Parts: sequence; structure tokens; C-alpha cells
Amino acid sequence: MVRLRVNGKGRSFAGPPFKRLIDVLREDFGLTGTKEGCGEGECGACTVLLDGRPTNSCLIPVAQAAGRRVETVESLGKPERLSPLQQSFLTEGGAQCGICTPGMLMTAWSWIRAGGSADEGAIRNLLAGNLCRCTGYQHIVNAVVQAVKARRRRGRSR
Amino acid sequence: MRGDPRSMELLRPQSAAAAVRMKADHPRAVPLAGGTDFMVAWNAGHLNHRTVLDLSGLDDWKRIRELSGSLWIGALATHATIGEHPAAKRRLPLLVQACAVIGGVAIQNRGTLGGNLANASPAGDTFPPLAVYDAIVHVVSRDGRRTLPVREFFAGVKKTRLGSGELVEAVEVPFLERRPTRRLFRKVGTRAAQALSKTVAAGLLWRGRDRRVRELRFALGSMAPTVRRLAQVEAFVIGKRMTPEMVEEACALLDRDVAPIDDFRSTAEYRLHVSRNLLRSFLEEGQ
Repeated sequence: MVRLRVNGKGRSFAGPPFKRLIDVLREDFGLTGTKEGCGEGECGACTVLLDGRPTNSCLIPVAQAAGRRVETVESLGKPERLSPLQQSFLTEGGAQCGICTPGMLMTAWSWIRAGGSADEGAIRNLLAGNLCRCTGYQHIVNAVVQAVKARRRRGRSR
Repeated sequence: MRGDPRSMELLRPQSAAAAVRMKADHPRAVPLAGGTDFMVAWNAGHLNHRTVLDLSGLDDWKRIRELSGSLWIGALATHATIGEHPAAKRRLPLLVQACAVIGGVAIQNRGTLGGNLANASPAGDTFPPLAVYDAIVHVVSRDGRRTLPVREFFAGVKKTRLGSGELVEAVEVPFLERRPTRRLFRKVGTRAAQALSKTVAAGLLWRGRDRRVRELRFALGSMAPTVRRLAQVEAFVIGKRMTPEMVEEACALLDRDVAPIDDFRSTAEYRLHVSRNLLRSFLEEGQ
């Protein structure tokens, strides 16, 4: 039995411990926001936060997440009440087909929450492991820059 | 075919002692650290029906400790934690630079230095810095411990000199006694992130007050089956002044210690050409 915390809730998984974290999230926990792109750790679509840090959930056997905190895109907002970062992607046109978006959001959220800067170069470096097949990078970077700035204006809530 | 989790046997030691015992009892078990290489091949269905020794429970091997003259980097320290460590940033900047160009952020958060070494890719980006810092690999088995200089750790492409019951416990990187006159880390790949290296270089140079070279250390990755220090070049430049003629002669010696190949990432000719340019600009800088 593998026990872990997913989006703040204690969860357990009784299947094979080598099952990939992405498959457990999607198939066993019903959290289908996390997408699989390449399955090789190249594209970043499957990015979730493991103990607060972005990781490729396609490269992690669920046993390696035992006792740890996992955060997925479902932890950010809901369709009727988006998080400020999600709203920024919408406002700036930072999503096209949407496959890369959950991974982009989670990588960006770890940065914003840790107090990362609004420097465009630093944000491009941060997102270098998240590929967008629609190549909408400029809008994605703009969305993150704007979200950082908005958070600074607001103070620190979300 | 995809990876089949039901075909895998998983061993999960919670201490180093348990890990070496399990490795001795299951010599064919594959040690698993951050999984950034193993899981790629497993996902493609190439590694089903294996016994895996998952090392992620060994918290002690994740630690980085500053010793009096060196940095002790536990085998399971990630590239991200090495890059963030204050002593590494201060004393081992070439290693920190290498850790920042491996994969992207998500890979740096999972990939470990021990896993990187044990995996023994010819393109390992941390290896040229480790080679010029004369790093020492600490190895442990049920029978005891031993150390290997990093340059002797690799036996070939994807091959190490680890025995079947041995695990990498830590990498110890000595601090430089004298501040180098200049240093270099440079990775040349198709793309800034994610792409593997076509060539990767690390260099340290000391010059005396008389402007003559006191010592050069220069290492290249992706240019031979394993990382190589340029022994011929290093010996040639000692005691010499940095004239244009001397630099050309030194660059001409570069291929004595490397043997690049043509592969899907680059050509031998391109790799040699770029590596010579890196060496030349490093030596020429501020003649």
C-alpha cells in the first residue's frame, strides 16, 4: 500500500507500486488534469509538484511518492473560479490546444509561490523543460510575468 | 510495448545498510535513484521483468556536507540541491553551472549526481567539472568501502568499474587550494534546455606572476566513450607563455586524448572543431 498526500488530502494506492504516478493520478484518483505528452521526460506536459518542486510524473513510480506531497493542476482553481495564474493565462492568450497548459501552470506556480521574479529571461529558463506544440511561448511567458506582477501588487494571498 | 508495472519486483530499503545487503542478495537488481534515465527506457517497454532497488528511502545519501577541504555530495543529492548549495556555489562554480544545464527544471529536481555517474553516459554534463576538480567517488558494498578517482570510475559507454554488489554512496569534490586565473564551463547542444551535449567542456587555468602557465586542467565530455582530461595538452602548456603559436600547438594536440564519433547528435568533425575552438578561446582570453 502506497500512502501519499495529493492536493492536501491523504490518499492510498493498493495496486502495483511501480505504476507511474501520472497513471495513478489519472486512472485511480480520477485527476485527469495532468496530461501525458511524450512519456520520456522531454516535454513537461505531465509536470506535477512533488514536495513543492516541479517533476515529470511520467518518470516516477508511485512508490517513490510514498509519504510525500503531490500537487496537480486541480489544486489551483475550478472552472467557475480560476486561480489568478490561470486567469492570467486566459487573459494573455497563454493557452491554445491546452495539452501543455497544466504542466506550464504547475511549473509557473511553484516559481510564483516561492517568490520568483518577473524577469522574462528567468521565466523562459524556468519553463525551458515545458514544450508547447502550438509554439505559443510568448503569450505563456507574458501570462507568467503578469501573474507575478499582479501577485506583488496584491500582496501574497494566492 | 509499454512498461508493465506488474512485471516489476521492487525492493525498498530504508537504510544504507539494508540497501547494500539487498544489493548483495540481488546482484542483478537495478539501483533506481531519480529515474530520469531508467524510467524513459522502462516507459518504452525495454525494462520489464526487472528487479529494481529503489534508493529513494535513503535520506542520508541525499545530504550535502561541507568538510574542511571538500564537499561531500551524497549520491542521491539532486542537481537542483547541488546547484542551490552555498558551498557549491562559492567553491565549485563549474559543477553548479553544469547542474543548471542538465535537462530542464523538472529533470534537475529528480536527477541525482550518483545516478548520473552510475548511468555513465558519455554525454554526462557534470563529468568534465568533476574531472577537473579531481572528484573522488565513494563506493560501498556489503564487504566494505572503497574510493575511485572519477577519471577511473568509467569503463566505457554506459559502463562503470562498479562491482555487482557495489553502490555509489557519495562524490567528494576537493576544493581548489589556489584560486584559478580563469575557469570555463560550456555545453554545446542543439538547444539550451533538455538537449544532450554535442560537446561539453570544463577548464581551470593558473598562471604565475611571470605570466607563464603554472597549471591547466581541461576536460571534455561527449568526445570519447567516457569523460577525458586532455593530458597531452595539459602537460604541453606548463611553464609556457600564452603566445598565438603556443595556443595553436596546444589545440593541435587536442585529438591525442579524445576520439569523437559520428552519431545522431553530431559529427566527429564538428565535435573536434568546436572543442578546439573552446580550448583556443579559453587559452587566448586575456593573453
